[in-house]
Amino acid sequence: MRAFLRWASLSVAAILFLLPFYLLLRNGLASRAEITAPEWTFFPSTVHWENFSKLFSADDVPFARSLLNSAVVAVLQTVGLLVLCSLAGYGLARIPYRHSRIVFYAVLATLMIPTSVTFVPSFVVVSSLGWLSDFRGLVIPGLFSAFSVFLFRQYFLDFPRELEEAGRVDGLSRWGVFWRIVVPNSKGFFAAIAVITVIGSWNAFLWPLIIAQSPDSWTVQVALSGLLTAQNPQLNLLFLAAAVSILPIVLLFAFLQRYLVRGVTESGLTG
Amino acid sequence: MKRRDARAFWLFVGPFLIGLAVFAYLPIGWSAYLSFFDARNTVTPTDFVGLDNYGHMLTDEPFLSSLGTFSVFAVFIVPLTFVLSLALALGVNQLRFARAFFRSVFFLPFACSYVVASLIWKTSLFSGVRYGLANTVLGLFGADPVAWTGTVHPPLYWIVLVTARLWLQLGFYMILFIAALQRIPRHLYEAAWLDGAKPGWQVFRYVTLPQLRSTAVAVLLLNLINAYQAFDEFYNIMGDSRGYPPFARPPLVYLYYTSLGSGGQDLGRGSAGAVILALIIALVTLLQGRVLRFGRTA
Repeated sequence: MRAFLRWASLSVAAILFLLPFYLLLRNGLASRAEITAPEWTFFPSTVHWENFSKLFSADDVPFARSLLNSAVVAVLQTVGLLVLCSLAGYGLARIPYRHSRIVFYAVLATLMIPTSVTFVPSFVVVSSLGWLSDFRGLVIPGLFSAFSVFLFRQYFLDFPRELEEAGRVDGLSRWGVFWRIVVPNSKGFFAAIAVITVIGSWNAFLWPLIIAQSPDSWTVQVALSGLLTAQNPQLNLLFLAAAVSILPIVLLFAFLQRYLVRGVTESGLTG
Repeated sequence: MKRRDARAFWLFVGPFLIGLAVFAYLPIGWSAYLSFFDARNTVTPTDFVGLDNYGHMLTDEPFLSSLGTFSVFAVFIVPLTFVLSLALALGVNQLRFARAFFRSVFFLPFACSYVVASLIWKTSLFSGVRYGLANTVLGLFGADPVAWTGTVHPPLYWIVLVTARLWLQLGFYMILFIAALQRIPRHLYEAAWLDGAKPGWQVFRYVTLPQLRSTAVAVLLLNLINAYQAFDEFYNIMGDSRGYPPFARPPLVYLYYTSLGSGGQDLGRGSAGAVILALIIALVTLLQGRVLRFGRTA
């Protein structure tokens, strides 16, 4: 009886959780009239595949461009963050230096400061650098994630020292040990941080909203938001655009969920 | 050797630190500086106004009401997320089969952005017209359509905002709880069984819950911090081409409109608001750390 109740309630919850995904598809493939029809139907009477071509050929909406922008930003940000933050995390974990504790606290201190405080002055800094509506402004400030450095440091503290010592005996420098031994043996952890970073970058909204001021530099989230708050939006195309926008992330999710779950649970949050 | 270590240290950590200085420390300093100046439409102000911006923000009705909005939001979202994500974790963890399926379904919305969720919630689920799904369901019971995002008395817009966030974040916190549940040693349950604890509530209360303590504290803190940062769904669900209604502005939305929104561009006052907010958050975090004994192992 208990087991049955558990199954029943989890199934109801699962249906509720999947319903929004269904609405994305249903509305994205319906005709304009059908979305706003006074009678709501579970299935649209005909599936309008041509919505795809309409979406990508609409001149007033730089949707394809925004997808491309988001992809470029996500890739650059993820690669850059992995390099910078893993190096810093490794240095803090492994290289004996008398001021390393102070440096570590200086990094940690920025974790305490919420976005609400930094977004205005960060905008000021980026605009004085002349990086508004520019990939540099979208990508570079996001590379310096104190949280990722913290995670890498925790991870490298537990990395087996014997492996590194074997490398040193073979005559590798610290730099060589890091690239030739530590990185190749840490692929799983790098993958976990990469997945989390890609998702965060793809879904980011406030920062791109501030920085990407010209429509040519919009990321996909800014484009969707612009369509959503526009006068008289074409709802079916908007839903289709949203469905297309989550597709890469859902695929990434499906294939790399293992790493994602690992990243979340090993993130040192749950002690 | 020492000197070579120092050089290696700066080689590894230096590039990151330079970025941190430019994109974290410099902005914070600049923000503090701007907050003492009249900085309308300029980032290099010349008019020193002392504490005027602070005085203005602390008596500014919309700013204070944005703090109230945040408090209402936190009062709903924090306990609901905590209880529901723990319930999902317990339910999924006890399944004998299809566990991976249910876990994936509940975690999947984490892949969606707040913008996408806002679109679904605002124009489909809780659309104010008759074809909205919520209104269709109400219609089956013969009720009239409800303007979900526009109704202030009673404040129905909260239902839209809170459920959207629940859908997006429950799975993430569920994963944290599942990980913690799986770390609880088996023998504790066996000992409880030998001591005659009844399966169900008693075991949960005296074995499971105490073992979840550090995860529970992390979930509460993360959740509260994320609620403070709420922007995306508020901006997209409540705003439209006619602007943003005067109610339901959390602090971040309010600061956005003050400092960068069209017309406003008052960076001095925006910065003062940000500093006030930072102080409040620091205070709350310290208090919370005290109350919840964060960081200590129970």
